[in-house]
Amino acid sequence: MRRSPIVKEMSDLLIPAIVLFGLYVQFHGDFGPGGGFQAGVIVAAGVILYALVYGLPRTQRLLPPNAVRILTSLGLLLYAGVGFATIILGSEYLNYDALHADKIRAQHIGIILIEFGVGTTVAAVMISFFYAFAGRGRS
Amino acid sequence: MNLLGLYNYWIVIVLMMVGFYLVIARSNLLRKVIGLNIFQTSVFLLFISIGKISGGSAPILKDGVEIYSNPLPHVLILTAIVVGVATTALALALIVRIREAYATVDEDEIHVQDEEA
Amino acid sequence: MLLTLLATTAIGLVLLRSLFAAVMLTGMYSLLTASLFVLLDAVDVAFTEAAVGAGITTVLMLGTLSLLRVMPEHTEPRHGRLLPLAVVCLTGAALVYATFDMPRFGDPQAPAQQHVAPRYIEQSAAEVGLPNIVTSVLASYRGYDTLGEVAVIFTAGIGVMLLLGARRKE
Repeated sequence: MRRSPIVKEMSDLLIPAIVLFGLYVQFHGDFGPGGGFQAGVIVAAGVILYALVYGLPRTQRLLPPNAVRILTSLGLLLYAGVGFATIILGSEYLNYDALHADKIRAQHIGIILIEFGVGTTVAAVMISFFYAFAGRGRS
Repeated sequence: MNLLGLYNYWIVIVLMMVGFYLVIARSNLLRKVIGLNIFQTSVFLLFISIGKISGGSAPILKDGVEIYSNPLPHVLILTAIVVGVATTALALALIVRIREAYATVDEDEIHVQDEEA
Repeated sequence: MLLTLLATTAIGLVLLRSLFAAVMLTGMYSLLTASLFVLLDAVDVAFTEAAVGAGITTVLMLGTLSLLRVMPEHTEPRHGRLLPLAVVCLTGAALVYATFDMPRFGDPQAPAQQHVAPRYIEQSAAEVGLPNIVTSVLASYRGYDTLGEVAVIFTAGIGVMLLLGARRKE
């Protein structure tokens, strides 16, 4: 595959920025616009850009499809797990108040955890969509 | 003046009908998916329009801001968009498989092949 | 106005012959929608729409197009265009008629603004303590809802993997 040097240099500059921005959106979602859904999509967009420039095999060596598949379920498990954790700590399902003595702090912990779960699942699912569609073409 | 307040809803309806038309009038499956997507965005727009309050600002708490637009539709649509792309991907995957099985993505031709079989 | 531009883009989508052009136009359409969401105060939604609609959906559609290897398209539909057009116009007219009973755009007294929204806006600072009300509602008040949505995305992911075979053993 022949790549234009302009495309390559630009994406080398952009991809780290995109992924970093995704992480910022993930953890800053409590204060500004953002959150797990957006962050997941942005990180996935970074990975997809990498795959478009450097090709699918190289991307899949860095981020194997199996790892993506595991991440898909891990995110959902983290979300559901927070729910069970609150039950064990003596509260209702997904009632974060039990996570910390200070109610506001407890809400923060709960929200950051589940947003992270959301972000993981969304990013992994979007990447696996791309793997599925792009991988179909070459087999 | 009063009727102008309905302009948003009318555009929503136009978009909805464009999507609807694509779904029922075109036999190409990919075009139907595009139509469904347009229909979907029109619903998003409807919800967000309902949540807007004149003079309000984005629902991020800040000192000195009194009126906020309704955050509830935002939450619903935010998740709906991401779910929407997931279901679109599922539809596209189905189209790819249909193309492999029937060698066409035209609904009419698929019907013809089904009747012959 | 943006709304009119959006409607024009949508109608352009119907008239376009080439599927490739139509797919690219959906990307533009999404970007327009996102700017509209910003105007309507829905910054979070605009963010999502810009990333999803203009980014991922377009890439997926293009991926599908390349998998389908652009076939000659049916230009002449077997059934006429008049019947669908009539159905669409009738439905549209009925819906427009229904809008006359809708509360006017931006009305603070509309029923939609009266139910749980004031509570979210007034209490969430004390109860959840986050400046972004959308995040508070999404992750705390409506946590079950969001859990369900994530499960739907997860299921769709599994569905695509099953359909397109992420791992193929020859």
